Amino acid sequence: MRIGTLKESYVADAALFDSVTQKAWLGVGAALLLLFPFVANDYWLYLACLVAINVASATGLNILTGYTGLVSLGQAAFMGLGAYTVAILEIHTGSPFAVNLLAGGGVAMLGGLIVGIPSLRVKGLYLAIATIAASFIAHFLFANLSFTGGTGGLSMPPASLFGLPLDTSFRLYWLILPVTIAMLWGAANLFRTRVGRAFIAIRDRDISAEVLGIPLLRYKLLSFGLSSFYAGVAGGLWAYFFRVVTPESFPLLMSIFFLAAIIVGGMGTILGGILGAVFMTMVPEVLKLVFDLLPGGTAMTVFLSPVRTVIFGLLIVGFLVFEPHGLAEVWRRIRRYFHLWPFRH
Amino acid sequence: MDWGYLFEIALTGVAGGGLYALAALAFVLVYKGTRVVNIAIGEVLMIGAYLFFAFAATFSLPLWLAVPGAVLGCGLLGAIIERTMIRPLLGEPPISAFMVTVGLASILVGVVEIIWSADQRRLPEFLPNTPVVIGDAFLAPKVAYGSLVAVVFIAAVLLLFRFWRGGVALRATASDQGAAYMMGINVPRVFSLAWVASGMIAAVAGIVVGAIGGISSAMGVFGLSVLVVVIVGGLDSVLGALVGGVFIGLVEALAGAFLGAEYKLLATFIVLVVVLMIRPYGLFGTREIERL
Repeated sequence: MRIGTLKESYVADAALFDSVTQKAWLGVGAALLLLFPFVANDYWLYLACLVAINVASATGLNILTGYTGLVSLGQAAFMGLGAYTVAILEIHTGSPFAVNLLAGGGVAMLGGLIVGIPSLRVKGLYLAIATIAASFIAHFLFANLSFTGGTGGLSMPPASLFGLPLDTSFRLYWLILPVTIAMLWGAANLFRTRVGRAFIAIRDRDISAEVLGIPLLRYKLLSFGLSSFYAGVAGGLWAYFFRVVTPESFPLLMSIFFLAAIIVGGMGTILGGILGAVFMTMVPEVLKLVFDLLPGGTAMTVFLSPVRTVIFGLLIVGFLVFEPHGLAEVWRRIRRYFHLWPFRH
Repeated sequence: MDWGYLFEIALTGVAGGGLYALAALAFVLVYKGTRVVNIAIGEVLMIGAYLFFAFAATFSLPLWLAVPGAVLGCGLLGAIIERTMIRPLLGEPPISAFMVTVGLASILVGVVEIIWSADQRRLPEFLPNTPVVIGDAFLAPKVAYGSLVAVVFIAAVLLLFRFWRGGVALRATASDQGAAYMMGINVPRVFSLAWVASGMIAAVAGIVVGAIGGISSAMGVFGLSVLVVVIVGGLDSVLGALVGGVFIGLVEALAGAFLGAEYKLLATFIVLVVVLMIRPYGLFGTREIERL
């Protein structure tokens, strides 16, 4: 049994990771992540990269929806903005990937700022539906502008580092993972600053926040911008990962996927974004494994996709009804149990 | 500019708008009664169409049995949704209920694909197919009769909620829940009633929409246009649903005829954004006043 954690200074109290146990486990986790690509096969590496991209984007949406309370169904569209920017830059200028990713994030951020403008006048559901409109308009632009390659989309060369093409999951892992971790680090720290606190105040009651002297429009726009920057960078990673970007790559369903990920993971916690994205990305894969084990084999596989759709919906509904704080809350309970063991309280 | 052609397009648009208005009515009913934005309205409508398909084509029941069967089935679905997903969320922020309906949409699409597969299917023909000519304009028979059904239904529903006790209870609950409760109205039952009625109306809309354009598991896209209709008209306004339906129907028909089919949704969403910027609560919606 661990008895509390003694904190002797404000610095210690405000630390991102506050206990030795936590730091130790983080070390173990980091070591596992570093070791993973050397032991895993191609399939698992592919999944790991996909999970990392989704974690980055879900964390971005969590900043906007979980922390600032502005529901958005446009995350996939911002990812698309980032992906297209990266693809166009990579094809036409061949600039280094770091520049491209930042540019992708920047363009998505601009898009986010534009979509965020109505957020002062409308909020809640009206805003959610306005973001659906934004994603339709974005989809239309992707499909009809001259430099986006129309419905056929764009194919791009792989990213390269010191002349080494990053064209396998193994190599991409070393691009995607550090970027995702840097973004998570940034998000975790954001909520220890004035800006992050202002976001939380706006979520809890925006009129009170305004009375307290937080300029609503500026902070809501900032939240939209940051969230879309995350989406843009994640979209850029996505583009490097799949190397084909089409208008159909970023459907409305993908935005719903990210919303579902933060609901299932837990809105308004960094851990929630991570857990949710991992969980939601892995569920279809696990389901596929289960279906492979089922008797009847090929006859059953026609049901795979609809069963996935049903389970996707059931997860959203189930978590909202039974566990509104998501997996992050479940994790907290487990941690508490071990913290207090062998006592219950 | 060919005025005859324009008139024909406009007529088709208005007729199609009648269906939007009917579906929007189903949406507004739930919003007025329970303050839940049902983003799954298009999927509920789809279930109605598929139930009708099952009764009329698979079990080959006569029309007068198949239609009420589908409508009752959808009403039951509404009751189940309300009981299992909406009521546990009473008192939670409205966003939770909204997201539950996002999940619900996914469940309904999946269920339809499991039972009927994702393929496009045709409903049995039941609308008369003699062309309708108004002035010089020719109107596709299915669209014309479909919108006629919609108009009759809208009128019936409006009368029902004007004069029937349940309708009065619903309106009372919508205007002030607490007061309605104190006056002896069983508010939880009104909640159920709103969802049941909404499911039934959606089923009718679904059967007509399916009869015009066929049914498939992607039919829920219709719901997106309906969402635009209700946002433009105002979430809690019946009049708004009717005006918005006809308006969006017109916009879609004009955009489709003069710009091309792929501009239809774009045009409606641009209208949506413009309306949100000018009148955030829709053309006829109640302006929410917020206090600390």
